[in-house]
Amino acid sequence: MSGTQRSMRSPLGRVRGHGAAHEGTGHFIGQRWSAIALAILGPWFAVAAALAIRDGGYTAAIDFLSDPVNAVGVILLVVIGFYHMSLGMQEVILDYIGKPFTKVALLLLNAAVPLVLAAGAIFAVLLVNFGV
Amino acid sequence: MAGAPRPEDRPLSPHLSIWRWHVTMASSILHRFTGMGLYVAAILLSVWLMAAAAGPEAYAQIEPHLAAWYGQAVMYLIVAALAYHLANGIRHLVFDTGNGLVPTDADTSAWFAILFAVAAPLGLWALLSFGA
Repeated sequence: MSGTQRSMRSPLGRVRGHGAAHEGTGHFIGQRWSAIALAILGPWFAVAAALAIRDGGYTAAIDFLSDPVNAVGVILLVVIGFYHMSLGMQEVILDYIGKPFTKVALLLLNAAVPLVLAAGAIFAVLLVNFGV
Repeated sequence: MAGAPRPEDRPLSPHLSIWRWHVTMASSILHRFTGMGLYVAAILLSVWLMAAAAGPEAYAQIEPHLAAWYGQAVMYLIVAALAYHLANGIRHLVFDTGNGLVPTDADTSAWFAILFAVAAPLGLWALLSFGA
């Protein structure tokens, strides 16, 4: 409570003196360009898929995904969407999870799950179009 | 450790429970909340794509859930979450340019994002039920 300057840095943080990680800018920019792309892809998919597939079942789903424009759009939606959501969830984990082991485990899970599901989803679209 | 002397006069973040609720706070919390909801929605999207690629038998496994009342309710909520995250995301992109940060403007745009989240799924539902 002396006349010391109020600071957000803890004494330990000041001693270690690491400062910023210097890799936040890439995350910031990636979050934003993917947001702009998804502002187009998201509403397009919601409306186009809903109109094409309502009451249609399996054949309507296959017809929708067999259209080249739809196939490319869905692949872009999956790639950019999973990238964007992984960045967003990373931010949430880093904000709220303090325990080192839990934090690292969740960060790894958040890196792996979108990657695996994106690979599966892209393969699925390709299979619909080029499969036997 | 309660009552232990604080080593230094560092600033404290006010606890969430002592804040009076205001719309910009709700809009921020809703952005994270809908973002995490859309994470689950993206997982469901990839399951849907893989089921379509796996063939009619696999698709028949998930189709009853899509048609059931709870499946329809989940899809309605996904569209609402997408609409909110989209509108509030655009709001944040405007914030990034340094505009719209005056409290009255930020309040107005927050209400607009919430209104859009209510109106957009209703609009899509009306389009599917009565239009096109």
